[in-house]
Amino acid sequence: MAMLIKAEGGGFHAEMDDFQSVVDDQPIPDGKLILSLKRFETDGEVLLAQGRAVGVRIEPDEAVEDLTPFLPRLAVVALSLPKFRDGRAFSSAHILRTRLGYTGQVRAVGEVLREQAGMMARCGFDAFEPSDGSSPEAWAKVVNRHRHVYQSAADHHVPAFARRLGG
Amino acid sequence: MYRYDTLDREILADRSAEFRDQVRRRLAGEITEDQFKPLRLMNGLYLQLHAYMLRVAIPYGTLNSRQLRKLAEIGRTYDKGYGHFTTRTNLQFHWIKLEDTPDILDALATVDMHAIQTSGNCIRNVTADPYAGATADEIDDPRVWSEAIRQWSSLHPEFSFLPRKFKIAITAAPKDRTAARVHDIGLMARRGREGELGFEVIVGGGMGRTPIVGPTVQEFLPAHRLFSYLEAVLRVYNRHGRRDNIYKARIKILVQALGVDEFARQVDEEWASIGRDGDLPDAEIARIRAAFAPKTFETLPRESLGFNEAKAQDQAFARFVRNNLKPHKRQGYTIVDISLKGIGETPGDASSEQMEVVADLAERFGQDDIRVTHEQNLVLPHVRLDDAHEVFLGLAKVGLATPNINLVSDIIACPGLDYCALANARAIIVAQDIARRFENQDRAEDIGELKIKISGCINACGHHHVGHIGILGVDKKGEEFYQLTLGGSGAEDAAIGKILGPALPIDKVTDAIDRLVNVYLQERQVNERFLDTLRRTGDAPFKEAVYGDAH
Repeated sequence: MAMLIKAEGGGFHAEMDDFQSVVDDQPIPDGKLILSLKRFETDGEVLLAQGRAVGVRIEPDEAVEDLTPFLPRLAVVALSLPKFRDGRAFSSAHILRTRLGYTGQVRAVGEVLREQAGMMARCGFDAFEPSDGSSPEAWAKVVNRHRHVYQSAADHHVPAFARRLGG
Repeated sequence: MYRYDTLDREILADRSAEFRDQVRRRLAGEITEDQFKPLRLMNGLYLQLHAYMLRVAIPYGTLNSRQLRKLAEIGRTYDKGYGHFTTRTNLQFHWIKLEDTPDILDALATVDMHAIQTSGNCIRNVTADPYAGATADEIDDPRVWSEAIRQWSSLHPEFSFLPRKFKIAITAAPKDRTAARVHDIGLMARRGREGELGFEVIVGGGMGRTPIVGPTVQEFLPAHRLFSYLEAVLRVYNRHGRRDNIYKARIKILVQALGVDEFARQVDEEWASIGRDGDLPDAEIARIRAAFAPKTFETLPRESLGFNEAKAQDQAFARFVRNNLKPHKRQGYTIVDISLKGIGETPGDASSEQMEVVADLAERFGQDDIRVTHEQNLVLPHVRLDDAHEVFLGLAKVGLATPNINLVSDIIACPGLDYCALANARAIIVAQDIARRFENQDRAEDIGELKIKISGCINACGHHHVGHIGILGVDKKGEEFYQLTLGGSGAEDAAIGKILGPALPIDKVTDAIDRLVNVYLQERQVNERFLDTLRRTGDAPFKEAVYGDAH
């Protein structure tokens, strides 16, 4: 099991991840699962009906909107960053949180670097599989480095323009 | 101009502290150059042929004298006593040491400046009309919207890892001085039927390998809906722009692939989902607008006796007036263009001493306002006619009174192979040679408006595609060759130039320009610019003049 950094109560802590990522041709194991979108489309309904804890991994070229009918029952949506420069997951997270109202875990997987932590948190990510070996303390430091923000996003920061208006 | 408040300052301070920490980790070997590269690029720090280059943001090309003096000081302390103004109206220092960069960023922060988003695949510095607030023909002040875009786009959490860089230009005058139609987004202010403010929105123009004059996707976007619309465009691009090929990654490729109508439909659908949550409150726009409230202009007579007298007595000044002064919206005032294209100099370069002189003149005579143009010149937008001669004399003392705005020697050139790791050929030396050939000022004035733009490689930083004459450096088996294009324009009549013929060796370029100019002088009719004549005659006579010997 890999280490996961999770946001909770304004801070970050590390825990062992109890979700297993299932490869497409692998038999479904016991326990909590994260499936590809393709695998979820074939096996998802059955697993959810069994009351299993299920997450779905969305690749950058897949649309999170496709999950809409299932979101209330999904424990995790894992957004894949094959390269840290691939910013599509940031839009996916934003849409999940704001438009689709998803309240479960939004997890960053792939090339997940500390330097992006602040922006990821703002877009609605609340769990991270760091690929740079970062500690939760280092993660928290980056996220909390900026006292103010200029824009509304999927988080609870009050943007500068609203603060100026007394927000 | 806009003044930073505490929030702006603290945002900048936090960013500087972050970068200082990143540089410390790099110097300590905690991170590799590969890992450091995206971090330094987000702060405008490039590793070039000989040294690090730091690109400082000059938001919408607006500076006050304190800021320009600070740039001069940084140039003297950390560089070789000069800086280079770019076609994005930024300033580059070409000889920087990595370990000095945190101190430079701190020095910049003392005057509310930074290098944020001057590189990387994010929303870059906004280009605005350099005559904003001074020209009579604008229907709104584009700086208001530029500043709002600056804030909205700074450290944007969702749009900092786009498929490719993203550039926005905004103009509010019918005469486009921003090259809006060759930007990723061009915004042109319009008034609606009821007098309400809006923008024509152009998406997917650009230069580089695939030059395109951008199509209009919104004829009239109400101004108060600007930010939700920008969000929609950026989100569609972030999700669907190509990421498999760096040369196909700009938004223009997406717009072309989808077709303008389908692209516009996707943006509209996204825009409807965003709704008004994505817009800035009117009160914030009003706050920013107040910062750009018109300066206190004196009530002056239309004519200035001192000005007229100086013009009559000082021929050099009279020539400067003809070429470098532009009408101001207030009578008794003028806009002064300062050419950074001294004959034989490097286009866009300014020494620290020159920057200080401009800063002093701006403070004494120019309401403390300085602009940078995308054509790599400076502007003092508010000078009293009464003071124009003194400004001219002050500029002349440091070689800044070259009377060649929009003339043949007012050449845009990228740094080229002298500095840039991407370049195939030198650009500066070509510009210098052409400028020397046309040194005779009477002849240059007789030729009139002629925009020559030179790029040292296909990335087109020197905007050659939109030059009336464009010059592109190419590498042919290790030798520098230059391809000529004719008929481009970055103005309101935007067009991409057409290749004239086979590339020429470096020693034939200036002769070819001379021949092109001679064809124009023979063919032109009354009041025709080079571009007008070319459009009327087609390129056949021009082609014959350059390549006729070959057959």
